[in-house]
Amino acid sequence: MSITATAITKTFGRTKALDAVDLHVPDGKLVALLGPSGSGKTTLLRILAGLDFADRGSGRVEFHGEDVTDTPAGRRGVGFVFQHYALFRHMTVAENIAFGLTVLPRKDRPSKAEIAVRVDELLRLIQLPDVGGRYPSQLSGGQRQRVALARALAVQPKVLLLDEPFGALDAQVRKELRGWLRRFHDEIGLTTVFVTHDQEEALELADEVVVMNHAKVKQVGTPQEVYDQPASPFVIEFLGNVNRFTPARNPLPGTGDNALYVRPHDVDIRREPAGEHSIHARVAHIFSAGSSGRVTLVRADNHDTIDAEVSRARLRELDLKVGDEAWIVFRHIRLFPAGSYTERDVVPDDAHAATTDSGHGI
Amino acid sequence: MSSSRHRSVLPGFGLSLGFTLVYLSLIVLVPLAAAFIEIAGLTWAEFTAAVSDPRVVASYKLSFGASLAAAAVNAVFGLVVAWVLVRYPFPGRRVIDALVDLPFALPTAVAGIALTAIYSKNGWVGQWLEPHGMQVAFTRVGVFVALTFIGLPFVVRTLQPVIEELEPELEEASATLGANRLQTLARVVLPPLLPALTTGFAMAFARALGEYGSVVFISGNMPMKTEITPLLIITKLEQYDYAGATAIAVVMLIVSFVLLLLINLLQRRARRIA
Repeated sequence: MSITATAITKTFGRTKALDAVDLHVPDGKLVALLGPSGSGKTTLLRILAGLDFADRGSGRVEFHGEDVTDTPAGRRGVGFVFQHYALFRHMTVAENIAFGLTVLPRKDRPSKAEIAVRVDELLRLIQLPDVGGRYPSQLSGGQRQRVALARALAVQPKVLLLDEPFGALDAQVRKELRGWLRRFHDEIGLTTVFVTHDQEEALELADEVVVMNHAKVKQVGTPQEVYDQPASPFVIEFLGNVNRFTPARNPLPGTGDNALYVRPHDVDIRREPAGEHSIHARVAHIFSAGSSGRVTLVRADNHDTIDAEVSRARLRELDLKVGDEAWIVFRHIRLFPAGSYTERDVVPDDAHAATTDSGHGI
Repeated sequence: MSSSRHRSVLPGFGLSLGFTLVYLSLIVLVPLAAAFIEIAGLTWAEFTAAVSDPRVVASYKLSFGASLAAAAVNAVFGLVVAWVLVRYPFPGRRVIDALVDLPFALPTAVAGIALTAIYSKNGWVGQWLEPHGMQVAFTRVGVFVALTFIGLPFVVRTLQPVIEELEPELEEASATLGANRLQTLARVVLPPLLPALTTGFAMAFARALGEYGSVVFISGNMPMKTEITPLLIITKLEQYDYAGATAIAVVMLIVSFVLLLLINLLQRRARRIA
């Protein structure tokens, strides 16, 4: 079931949470609403669910072409999962999962036995077959969130909406559950929208990422599109680490009145000067305990810091020490003048050396 | 062996338990025991005569009946008040919140006089009820009104913190799962509130049973009709019938204790479900 939202505006008091936002979620896709807190992403999700409504006279929400703008949550056929689970504490896990079935009108309500079968199926689906008799307080955070998901799925929703579903979990569980959700989505194929402020989560999990900021959608695309072709300085800064240079402090000649952006993995370090584009710097900090080496350098001319990320093999080869002199070469930069956007590859004099060990390109 | 390994953060469990028992004995048990010693001076026949006098029996009915009714009404409307105070921000909320405590703070005689004044035939409220044949002051209804007034804060104050803990997301989750408002209220909102609600009910009930000051003004104290049990106890004391007064007090004590115990058991069950 596809979702289309058109011209959604929502104001709370004097603040605009959403400003004429359009969104299209194709049938069966897993879509991330990504943005910093206060960007309006949760409000948008709640409007899709029918838990909030757009300002009077603005906007339209359609599920598969059918207008549901004024339909209350209970009749939209959505499954909603909350950041803090919102499980019913006084009910067992099985009762929680069965809740949506037991509140059906009597003529549509399955028999007790049928409900029990359905609950068992769902418990197996979330890989917690034996917790039906327990209370939510006896489960871990990750287990609770899976139970919340099973409860949402019990009513066979046409759309699944998740509000920061992994936000309250610790890093390890979060990663596990993320992979599990992706596999689950691939099996069931249910149209799914989830809200997150974690760019890594969005890029790793989603088919399509909707980047939001200040009540507006800034860019829509596949994870690769939004990462490789960011449409604005905001998007490039929000999606991962980036070195940013204002026109006044721009280290490269010929870039004019533009701000310059370089991802740390597009920064290469040399021990010798490498042509007119290389920047003279000094090593300030080396962090090598990870899957790649991260080096912080300080420019010799104006003491700006530049972060570089190089493979561990390259780091060993360079044999850098804090305080060493080094020369920096940018492999790929992006320029953003006010309002528009250009991009170009920098080809240093010896481009080959620069590309051979970029083992962790995007 | 293993119990000595379970060290609590605060030491001195033995000492604090001893203190608790001594304190409870001095403050609660010793005076109560004195009541039982006092009635030991009565023969069984004198005791039963004192406690089963028709006038006394009528007062039991009024005291327990009006107290239960007042506590029940407070449970319903106290829940509404607490809900509104926690969930809805509105101008003047702080003032209303403070007003809830007024029945705690007001000397009960003042409450009695004020209630009598507004509910009497030419009072603010009474003059509108009178033409419809409803009399409040100097009737059993008046007793019920006074007991409702003094019991409200107990329900509101026990419920407020529990409602604060009840995330609105629970109601939203219920709504997205297709429950209507009545189902959400009955199956999602009320069950977690039940233990606190019974506590508030029990406290309002206990307070109403012991109330004297406000009731004697509004009830009119007509024998067999609007006399509450505490009033009869005072009357007997004024006639230097200490044993008779104590006998009635003991009956009240036992019945109250049994009722509170029952409520407590009910509450324990509710808590287990919640």
